[in-house]
Amino acid sequence: MASSTPSIFRRIEALPIIIVFILLLALFMYLAPEVFLRPFIYTTFISTLPPLIFLALGLTFVIGAGEIDLCFPAIIAFSGFTFAILFKQYDLGWIAVIATLLAGSVIGFLNGVLVAKVGLPSFIATLATQFFWAGMATVLSGGKSYALRGVEKSSVYSVLVGTPFAKPGSYDWISQLSIQGLWTVLAVIFLWFILNRHRFGEHTLFIGDSNAVSRVVGIDVDWEKIKIFTLMGLLSALAALFLTLENKNFFGNQGEGYLLTAIASVLIGGTSIFGGRATIIGTVFGCFIIGMIEAGLVATGLTGAWVRTIEGIVFLVSIIFYFLIDEPQRRAAFFARIGMVRGFGRKRTAG
Amino acid sequence: MAGSSDLAASREETPFEHAIRLEHVEKFFGPIQALRDITLSIGKNEIVGLIGDNGAGKSTLIKVMTGVLAPSSGRIFVRDKEIDLADYSVRMAHDLSIETVYQDKSLADQQPLWRNFFVGRQITNRFGFIDVKREKEVAAEMLLTSIGFRGVGITVDSTVSQLSGGERQGIAIGRAMHYNADVIVLDEPTVALAVKEVRKVLDFIRRIKASGRACVYIEHNLAHVHEVADRLIVLDRGTVVAEIEPKDMTVADLTEYLIQLQQHTA
Repeated sequence: MASSTPSIFRRIEALPIIIVFILLLALFMYLAPEVFLRPFIYTTFISTLPPLIFLALGLTFVIGAGEIDLCFPAIIAFSGFTFAILFKQYDLGWIAVIATLLAGSVIGFLNGVLVAKVGLPSFIATLATQFFWAGMATVLSGGKSYALRGVEKSSVYSVLVGTPFAKPGSYDWISQLSIQGLWTVLAVIFLWFILNRHRFGEHTLFIGDSNAVSRVVGIDVDWEKIKIFTLMGLLSALAALFLTLENKNFFGNQGEGYLLTAIASVLIGGTSIFGGRATIIGTVFGCFIIGMIEAGLVATGLTGAWVRTIEGIVFLVSIIFYFLIDEPQRRAAFFARIGMVRGFGRKRTAG
Repeated sequence: MAGSSDLAASREETPFEHAIRLEHVEKFFGPIQALRDITLSIGKNEIVGLIGDNGAGKSTLIKVMTGVLAPSSGRIFVRDKEIDLADYSVRMAHDLSIETVYQDKSLADQQPLWRNFFVGRQITNRFGFIDVKREKEVAAEMLLTSIGFRGVGITVDSTVSQLSGGERQGIAIGRAMHYNADVIVLDEPTVALAVKEVRKVLDFIRRIKASGRACVYIEHNLAHVHEVADRLIVLDRGTVVAEIEPKDMTVADLTEYLIQLQQHTA
C-alpha cells in the first residue's frame, strides 16, 4: 500500500526533467559563457524550436494513447509543398495556410482510419503512409525546392513568424523576438488543458492504458484514435508552416531530421512509450533539452558529430530514470541485482 | 449528464416487472454460433447466477446484454420496454441504468481513482472540459460511503495499480451503485482473489440486493454463487439448459448435476 502523501516527483508535473534541464543549462553556461550568458541564443531558440515543439505536442497524445506516428516527416513534406505551391505560384496567401492545415489534417485522419478502422498496428500503418506521402511530395514538386522570396512582406509571414519588436537598424535581442514564441506558448497551454482537463485527453490516456477497459466504460475507442491522429496531422502541418516560413524556403526532405528528435523529446519528457501516461510540460522541456544540446555542444567547441552521441546518452539515462522512478518493483529488482539489498534478501559480500 | 438524469426521473415513475428480458437472442461470430435461442429474464430485485463451463457463452451473453456486442437476432427488453438494437451501445446501457463490472477490465491501472469513477460520463462544461474539483469531491464521498474505504492510505488521487484485487472490485461495484444502476452485471469478480477479498466481494453483492437492485452474477466457483444467488441459470454451448433455485439444491448436488450435464452432452 502506498503512503497517502505522494512523492514530490508525483506532485509537480515533469519535475525530474525540469531539474535535468536546469543542470544542463548551468553546465553550458559554465562551459560556453560567451554564448549561454547572452540573450541571442535564446531568441534564436524562439524561432527554431517551435516546429519541434508542435510535433512533440502531437506525439505526446499519440504516444500517450499507446500508438506511434512515423508519418509526420512526410506530412511536413506534403503540407509544406501544398503551402509553397499555393502561396508562391497561385499567390493565395491565407487560403494557402488553410489548405496546408487541411492537407495535414486529412493525412492524419487517413492514418487514424488505417489504425482504428482497418486495425493495422500504427507502427506499420504510419511507416507505409510516410513513404507514400513523402513520395507524393517529391513527385508533385518534381524534387525541386521552392524559394519564397519576398515572403517577409506578406501578412502571413508577419502574423505567423514575424518580429513585432523589430526596429530598422536595431540589432538588439528584443528586436529579434519572434512571434512564433507566442503561438507556441498558446498551443502548449491549450493542449495542456486538453490533455489534463478535457474529456478528449482523459479518453486518450485511458485508451493508452487499456483499449479493453476503454471500450467497456463507453469510450468510442476507434473514433478517439482517429481524432488523435488527425490532431497529429494538424500539428505537423503547423510545424511545416513555421519551418517553411522561417527558412523562406521549401524543400522536400525538410521534415526528416525531426523523426527521431521529436519522438526522443516526448520520451525524455516522461511520457510512457507503453501509453497511459503523458505530460505536456515534460515534452516541452524534452524539446528544450534536445534543442539546447544541439546548440550547446557546438558552442562549447565539440563538433556537430558529437550532438547525436550526447543526445543518445541523455535519452538513455532519462528513460532508465523514469523506468526506476515509476516502477518501484523494478527499482527494487535493479538495486537487488547490483547488490544493494536492504532488509530481506541475501546480502552479497564483496569479493 | 442532463439527458441521463431526465431518463432517471422518468424511470422511477413507471413500475416494471423485469429489469432485463431477452427473447430468442442469437449471436453468430462468422459461422460459429455462440448463443442459441436464449430466452431469460432478470427480476427487479433478484440476484441471478449465470453458470456453465468455459465456452458456454456466459461472457458473450452478458456482452450482448450490456451493449458491448450486438446480437445477430432476437429482442431485448429493459424494464419491460423493447430496445432498438441498432442503437444499443455501452453508453445507452449506462443511460438505461445497466452497469457492468468485469473481472479485470473495469478500471484503468495507471489512472487515478477519480478519473476512473467518471470516465465515459465526466462532469463537464459545455466545451467538454472536466470539472476536476467537483469530480474529486463526489469520488471522495463515494470512496467513504458506498465502498467503505477508511484511512487505509487510499485517496481519490491514488492510481488503481495501488489497490488490491478485492479493493478494485469494490471500487468498480461502488461506481456501479453510485450511478443508481437498476442492474449490475458482474463478470467473475472473485477470480484470482484471496479468501478474505472474496468475502468482501460477496458482501458487496449482498449490498446490491439490499439496496433493491438486480444483479447478474457470472461465476466459476459454485459455492460463491450458490451462497448469494436467488436463482441460477445454467448455460451449455450457447443455450439455457436449466434454471435452478439454490434452496432446492446443495452445492454438492449442483456440482454433481453440472458434471452429469457435461457427460450427457459430451
